[in-house]
Amino acid sequence: MKHVYGWLLLTPAAILLVGFTHYPAAATLFDSFFSTGTAVRPSRFVGFGNYAALAEDPIFWQVLGNNLWFALGTIPTAMALAMVMALWVNQRLPARALVRMAYFTPTVLPMIAVANIWLFFYTPQIGLLDKLGALLFGAPSHNWLGDPDLVLPATMVMVVWKEAGFFMIFYLAALQSLPPELEEAAKIEGASRWYFFRRVTFPLLMPTTLFVLVNATINSFKLVDHLFILTKGGPDNASSLLLYYIYQVAFSFFDTAAAATLTVVLLVLLAVLAVAQFLLIERRVHYR
Amino acid sequence: MKSVAGLIAAVLLAAAAPARADVELTFYYPIAVGGPLTKVIDGYARQFEKEHPGIKVNPIYAGNYDDARIKALAALKAGQSAPLSVLYSIDLYELIEQDVILPWDDVATSAADKAWLKVFYPALMMNGIYKGKVYGIPFQRSTIVLYWNKDAFKEAGLDPEKPPANWNEMAQMAAKLVKKDARGNVERWGVMVPSTGYPYWMFQAFARQNGHDLMNPEGNRTNYAHPDVIAALQYWRDLGAKHKVMPQGTVEWGTLRQAFTEGKTAMMWHTTGNLTAVKDTAKFPFGVAMLPASRQRGSPTGGGNFYLFKKTTPEERKAALAFVKWLTAPERAADWSMATGYVATRPDAYETPKLKAYAAEFPQAVVARDQFKFATPELSTFQTGRVRKLLDDAIQASLTGQKTPAAALKAAQQEADRLLKPYR
Repeated sequence: MKHVYGWLLLTPAAILLVGFTHYPAAATLFDSFFSTGTAVRPSRFVGFGNYAALAEDPIFWQVLGNNLWFALGTIPTAMALAMVMALWVNQRLPARALVRMAYFTPTVLPMIAVANIWLFFYTPQIGLLDKLGALLFGAPSHNWLGDPDLVLPATMVMVVWKEAGFFMIFYLAALQSLPPELEEAAKIEGASRWYFFRRVTFPLLMPTTLFVLVNATINSFKLVDHLFILTKGGPDNASSLLLYYIYQVAFSFFDTAAAATLTVVLLVLLAVLAVAQFLLIERRVHYR
Repeated sequence: MKSVAGLIAAVLLAAAAPARADVELTFYYPIAVGGPLTKVIDGYARQFEKEHPGIKVNPIYAGNYDDARIKALAALKAGQSAPLSVLYSIDLYELIEQDVILPWDDVATSAADKAWLKVFYPALMMNGIYKGKVYGIPFQRSTIVLYWNKDAFKEAGLDPEKPPANWNEMAQMAAKLVKKDARGNVERWGVMVPSTGYPYWMFQAFARQNGHDLMNPEGNRTNYAHPDVIAALQYWRDLGAKHKVMPQGTVEWGTLRQAFTEGKTAMMWHTTGNLTAVKDTAKFPFGVAMLPASRQRGSPTGGGNFYLFKKTTPEERKAALAFVKWLTAPERAADWSMATGYVATRPDAYETPKLKAYAAEFPQAVVARDQFKFATPELSTFQTGRVRKLLDDAIQASLTGQKTPAAALKAAQQEADRLLKPYR
């Protein structure tokens, strides 16, 4: 009788999890071994054919490279900024709630709205960046989103701005759970603030850092909403990311088999990254 | 999220349908829920219902063209009936390959109906006909025109009533229109042609003007690498790289209208769909002209057509025909064109008193119509998404200087040949 009760309690969550996570993942893996079917040409088993085709797709490699640069460019910066902001707003300062709110605001805004705002920041000549540049330095107009060398960094800046406030909340929560005696003891011992941060605060924040790192990594592969508004992946795929490419392949090219294959690649990539992060960093994390 | 909202809207609409309606006509319509056009469409639907008791019309607003196509196809797979939809005119081959649409010739069998299939501008039918049968009835259709700022022309010592008629003139006039500040930074560009969003569409105009279409009517062959087509891309690139009258790199589609109305470019190529918005926001007199010619004039059409789905009952097909005929009647087509800036789809709509009066007061509104004789269908082939993106990437790679036009277009043509070989 007890079993039944337990299973009944589990059922709703289990149904949702299987229906919306496990089944689609398994179905995607299955689909990646078949060709895309049409009314004229039904789908057939092709083994690893889709994977071989993917390996020969230059856009896939370009997009994967973009995504790695995007991750490298956004994650460390956003995390460092988040930690600095958290330390700053954890102190006693005037209008503290207001400052915290200001840092958190970008997180609350939907990415589509953010991208629409930044589109006008980046617009040549009439955009905020160019107007400021001309006013302060007499700088010429830059085609921020129309230059393949500038477009990816430009989207990275926006994402760092958007993400840092979110990660700050986690650091802030962690900082507030640190016992105040540690700081008092350090003061009595005459430790400098930098020394205290390096030897006490930072190590104690490691569990949070791991958590944030995992989330930031996932987000850097998951956040592509801005591309729909800002660049559509252009010019010539210079700002395209893996998930956006999956969307294009699935819904613009209607090539469901190739999209399933790309999705499997993305899932494997994320799984490997997550496992690696846990294994490598776990050793350096002090859980209390 | 949008699809969830659409689904909820669909369920609510279905639940709210009164039992007396014999035929229910659900159709997907590619605009965002709550946009200003939804009111116009809702108004048409209510009026049609009043005049045709027994038919209930349910428009479902489904976002952009891609969203609408995805939702309409998903609904079909799920067995829901949506006898009718407005979808992208260039989705034709995709829908035929999926085997989900029916030619209008199959339902328009009476003499009057057959005549109706021929009332539209031929230029607008080119994207709707496959193997001699009409699959797409033009509804919200646009084309590219040249907008010019008359004040800027005056300031540059040019005749403000005379837009460039050919490529040379455009480059020369644009050079005079470029304005620099004391530091040598450009304050106003001569001309801008957008190259994000729909680069292939703009490029079709250049290619056509230089004498060539980019695909064949069967949709299984592209013509990206012809020397004249390469020369067309070279001209586009030269506007920025050689003549320095357009910014280097790509020009954003979404903010170009603001750049024009803020006076940051003296001329722009843009869709007629922007006409009403430019009219409302420009603080200077502006003109609208046909695009300039190289060997000939040319501009592609674009926009949405009415498609009839295969999975329908005979009653639904009849109701769909009645509704589309009613919506495309001259009076309505005129009304629709004035409300939106889309072109009226048939010549007799321009003969209606209200559109005549509107055109007399705002002659910019009829330029698109006059350009129809030089129109070419929008790029559409089998595997259309991929084949189009190959061209988009090639254009952007040349405009940003990463590849030469010849190298970029030849590579795109080679890849397009590989994709289209099975359809020949």
